[in-house]
Amino acid sequence: MKSFKNIFIAAILSLIIYSCSKEVVSDHLKYQALNPSKIDSGAGNWKTILLTKPDEFAVATPLAISSADYKLELLEIKSWQEDISKHEQAIMDYWSAGVVLRWNEIMRELVAKYNLPPYQNSDGTYPIPNAGNPLAYPFFPFANPPYAARAYAYLSTAQYDALVAAYHYKALYKRPRPSVNDPSIKLLIPATKDFAYPCEEAVAAGASAAILTLMFPGEQDFIQEKLTECKNYRIIAGANTRSEVEAGEDLGKTVASKFIGRARTDRAGKAVGTPTDWANLVASAVNRGETPWISQESPARPPMLPLFGKTMGFLLDTTEVVQGRPAPPPSTNSDAFKKELEEVLFYSQNPTRERMKIVHFWSDGVATYTPPGHWNAIACDDFVSLNFSEVRWARNLALLNMSMFDAAICCWDAKYFYFNPRPSQMHPDCKTLTGLPNFPAFTSGHSTFSGAAATILAHINPNQASEYENMAKEASISRLYGALHYRSDIEVGMTMGNAIGQKAIDRARIDGAE
Amino acid sequence: MSKIQNIFLYIFGLFATTVSAQTDVDAIMMAKRNLCGGFLVGTNSWSNYWEGKNYRNNENIGVLKSNSIMAMVNYGITDKLNVIASAPYISNSASKGTLRGQEGFQDLSLTVKYEFLSKKFRNSYISLLAFGNFSTPLTDYVADYLPLAIGNQSNTLSGKLMADIQRGRWFATASAGYTYRNNVTIDRDAYYTTEMIYSNEVRMPNLMGFNARIGYRKDADLIVEAVFDQMNTLGGFDMRKNEMPFLSNNMDMGRIGLNFKLPIPKVNGLSLLGNTMYTISGRNVGRSTLFMTGLVYQVEFSKKSK
Repeated sequence: MKSFKNIFIAAILSLIIYSCSKEVVSDHLKYQALNPSKIDSGAGNWKTILLTKPDEFAVATPLAISSADYKLELLEIKSWQEDISKHEQAIMDYWSAGVVLRWNEIMRELVAKYNLPPYQNSDGTYPIPNAGNPLAYPFFPFANPPYAARAYAYLSTAQYDALVAAYHYKALYKRPRPSVNDPSIKLLIPATKDFAYPCEEAVAAGASAAILTLMFPGEQDFIQEKLTECKNYRIIAGANTRSEVEAGEDLGKTVASKFIGRARTDRAGKAVGTPTDWANLVASAVNRGETPWISQESPARPPMLPLFGKTMGFLLDTTEVVQGRPAPPPSTNSDAFKKELEEVLFYSQNPTRERMKIVHFWSDGVATYTPPGHWNAIACDDFVSLNFSEVRWARNLALLNMSMFDAAICCWDAKYFYFNPRPSQMHPDCKTLTGLPNFPAFTSGHSTFSGAAATILAHINPNQASEYENMAKEASISRLYGALHYRSDIEVGMTMGNAIGQKAIDRARIDGAE
Repeated sequence: MSKIQNIFLYIFGLFATTVSAQTDVDAIMMAKRNLCGGFLVGTNSWSNYWEGKNYRNNENIGVLKSNSIMAMVNYGITDKLNVIASAPYISNSASKGTLRGQEGFQDLSLTVKYEFLSKKFRNSYISLLAFGNFSTPLTDYVADYLPLAIGNQSNTLSGKLMADIQRGRWFATASAGYTYRNNVTIDRDAYYTTEMIYSNEVRMPNLMGFNARIGYRKDADLIVEAVFDQMNTLGGFDMRKNEMPFLSNNMDMGRIGLNFKLPIPKVNGLSLLGNTMYTISGRNVGRSTLFMTGLVYQVEFSKKSK
């Protein structure tokens, strides 16, 4: 029995040692440094989104290469490079995967962090987050799917316009890289042979930081830290000098200010509505003879962003949103409705493990980056292997996120025009297999987002077209499997999303990038 | 001379549910070639919980109830070495809200129990024991669905040391253990803890536990004891306000309870077990109350029948 004791002690010890090696390494930290297969040097002529022309905002002439100031800047690079710490190396490894990519990930992380519905007041009402006081509970924002769709869209579109401007000035000033001007400077990352002023990565970073600060005002310190890292990375890597980076950041922030101005007046700020608006939605459904949507939360929570359908999108104007509104779903009094409800009930009562997996994979509910974030993750994962230039990265993500922002608008317009009840409201045993969103059923947000995303992604990356379509179908059906939606919601949502994605394709064909 | 095995089972009511149905065995050894088996039914419920350290209720959950039935068997390989196996079927449901409950077979638990010291010291009997436990999921139940998931899908290895002292019919037992939990994979490929992680793998923090009890026992036939049990997760994160629980939350709980074991008259070897536990402190767990009862039957295999 002595030997058993020894084995036992050995087992305990090895177990403790083994437990030290459980670290999970996130996939996004495994990306290789970006090495664009095409420079896209003509991107300064691509069609901008809000800028009237690529040089709408001026960028001053760079320092002369012969100037003392420039030589000092080269010295700064050398002094960084003399002693690169582990931390600095980690910063380079992280940011070199692509700046547009990384800022997209940072926004996804903040969306997930802020995607928590506020806790109720003691009287059963709910507090509304206040942008003016973001760090007081309830934290601003509640980054729900429409909020997130809009945030991703402003991030990507501002990055894109800022980078088009950057490419314009790069071609104008034709400033060589520091390592060309001083061969003793090492270029520590793969870099294209194009020009260095203004630093395009800093342009994207400046624009991103400005949009992120608008959308997540409580995160200024975190955003500033990321911005500083991102700028330093260019200098440590020997790819840009200080003034190239600073000029880039300024341009990025200036371009972003135009987008911020638009965001402040795009009507999303009024999307919460008022108690009168909420009551009118109920009255309108009752007047049409339909059962109105009721919050299934306890205490009942006001519907999520009921006026979001009136927000100004990028691809469709408000008239087009109303014109494109789908025909009504089956009346809550009809046999067709009862049949659809029975189908939902079947999935609710007969979950298989395989269907549960689909429900949870696509759930993207509370404390996640939302369905638009999921499609950004899917797109970015594919784009990494396609080696796009930064400007093409931004252009493709702008197309994707404009599609999903407009999808959110069209979907929310339909949801609150019809104010259709969820299956669990209409049948007590229609239990859901994941969290029930607090807004009406028709049309399915997941389906509308996914239809739009898969359509534009198939255009951007045709090799994966059938994969995107299958993913969209799975995301869509997951909402029926999870007993959250009727079949009409997901089918009509998908069709509507496809049409919005087509609008993005129309733009892609004429933006000069193809 | 054979002692009857006394088994009390604690279902660890980690957040909301029975995360790990662990057989927590006492200091009494079962004699060589004795076999004891039985069934226990239990119900564990809570309506309030700790969201991080914030104590609250949730009208979208109501009462979270976890019913279980567990089969267990214990065999004496020698007088000093016992093996114990158990497997529960669990059914979880919430009284309010729209979430569908979950049920199924949870984890198989295998324990090796070794008494490495047994000594008379003045008027007392002292014994020291070591336990090794392995648990593994029996089915592919959904883990990433708290508070309704029936378990966490982790394979675990535990080691525990126990000291027991008995004087007359009164006794005291103390034990401390460490549980290694391997990482689990979930149905999503990205999740947020305190940062965004792009992986379907979730790092499961390990556990540490302490258990103390005092009571009365008469020939291991009749036992009544009071229990204190503390379980801590070594790491993990807190739920934020209005966040759903997650597998790798920092779940701690302290509980007190009572156990009894009574011989059933006229049926040799059959005993009735009872157990109740009440949560007195916690973090990221429900303030649960557990009731459990069951019957165990002991058979002694004669040497001839071997």
